[in-house]
Amino acid sequence: MILATESEFSPDSDRIMSVSLGPQHPGAGHFRIRLWLDGDYLVRSEPDPGYVHRGEEKMGEYRNYTQNVPHLERPVILDSSNILLPYALAVDELMGNKVPDRAQYLRVIMAEANRIISHMYFLGIFGYFAGHTTMITWGMGDRDFWIDLAERIGGARVTFAYIIPGGVRNDMPGGLAEKGLKTCDWFDKRMDEYEKIFFRNPLVLGRTEGVGVLSREDAIALGATGTVLRASGVKHDLRRDEPYCCYDDFDFEIPSLNSGDSWARAYVALLEMRESVKIIRQAFKQMPAGPVRLKLGPQPRVPAGETYARTEAARGEMSYHLVSDGSPRPYRLKIGTPSFKNLAVLPHLLRNVHVADIPLIYWGLNYWPVEADR
Amino acid sequence: MAAAITRNFPNVKVDYARERRLKVTASPSEIRDVALFTRDQLGFDHISAVSGVDWIASNEFEVVYFVGSVSKPGYEDFVIAVAERVARDDPVVLTLIAVWPGAEYHERETHEMFGINFKGHPSNSHLILPEDWNDMPPLRKDYVSPGR
Repeated sequence: MILATESEFSPDSDRIMSVSLGPQHPGAGHFRIRLWLDGDYLVRSEPDPGYVHRGEEKMGEYRNYTQNVPHLERPVILDSSNILLPYALAVDELMGNKVPDRAQYLRVIMAEANRIISHMYFLGIFGYFAGHTTMITWGMGDRDFWIDLAERIGGARVTFAYIIPGGVRNDMPGGLAEKGLKTCDWFDKRMDEYEKIFFRNPLVLGRTEGVGVLSREDAIALGATGTVLRASGVKHDLRRDEPYCCYDDFDFEIPSLNSGDSWARAYVALLEMRESVKIIRQAFKQMPAGPVRLKLGPQPRVPAGETYARTEAARGEMSYHLVSDGSPRPYRLKIGTPSFKNLAVLPHLLRNVHVADIPLIYWGLNYWPVEADR
Repeated sequence: MAAAITRNFPNVKVDYARERRLKVTASPSEIRDVALFTRDQLGFDHISAVSGVDWIASNEFEVVYFVGSVSKPGYEDFVIAVAERVARDDPVVLTLIAVWPGAEYHERETHEMFGINFKGHPSNSHLILPEDWNDMPPLRKDYVSPGR
């Protein structure tokens, strides 16, 4: 934590001190929160995003629909398939593309693998700030097996540029389904162990239960999304409520909890990974044969029009407002990321709490600064 | 749903983008009433995103509020785009924070990226752009990225 400069001391009171959390501290991500402290007590806070703003939306207006694929996944490299999926859906919708069935299944497998990769990172970091070293070593270690699987399909370890308008970039190699099913079986057993060693651990429970409680009404009014929303008792998930790709072919549950505290926000992520494994297993077993992409050419023409496509990414609702004027490039490409949508929750929860609870609340929100800044 | 809106607000324009997507374009003076109606009568309880579009050819900005519903059964997949258009020379619109509190940061971003002023917004300082940014708002069409 960086101490405030002298000018940041509140002028009207020598009791309240203003302090910066971040943007350089590894515990803040590339993100700054201004804190107003009364001794060990946090009175109020104000988020200050923007340190990793890349201008993705402006860049999108300079590049054509194919060139946009690799740079659009940069804001959230942990969840790179899920940020491309709504873009592909938006372009497909305006062009009227009929995406092949096999491509839909491959999109789902990559999206769910990425959800697990992202949630494992989240749980690792969250465990670290709860003072639980095992969870970060297990989290970072086990997520590699999913990265290995995704690498066999997408050809890269982090940013795959795999989901593209018209389908996916390439088919998966033969024999991968068996390896994938093995990973699923192994991971099911691993999740039982996370549950025992982390989520039922009295120390973790003592640190996170009842911390940063977000009520159902506040969660809805502030526009919270993803794990934050579902931990506050709202059973809302676009995979079930607005099925895209082929999610209505699969049998899975939408987990939600009612307590709305930091523990619930982390535990919902574990429950979601269990459902993701179920979906991946079904997708590998039911996958139809056939082509995996449409031939769109290097510079696809998108008819004039506008659309709003949204999907359920690892952190919540990912959306694109795409406006086309018929030229080879988007006229407007608005990226609505779940972290930015959850930003309003942060100052709402980070007030009237002890300083020691700040990391547990902040990391419990699964906020990813790069995703919010774009 | 479209009929309910046009019955109460004869002046607004209602378009279908596709099934389960509705676009409602209202005048800046009417948008707060339309927003309240959308929230209270139609049950659209949260902001999904706020987008701006610079229609430089017709010298207008468009502000679009995408709102969704998690509490109205059967409408979880529905998105209403509540839009308004304002002249580019004097872009002032009313803030909708009182209707959807989640709009606060979305409006602040739209303000700095397009230079649209949201009247009644508690903070118009830079959110994502650097504090000392003094160039034109970057998502305007006449702003050219350095090196282009």
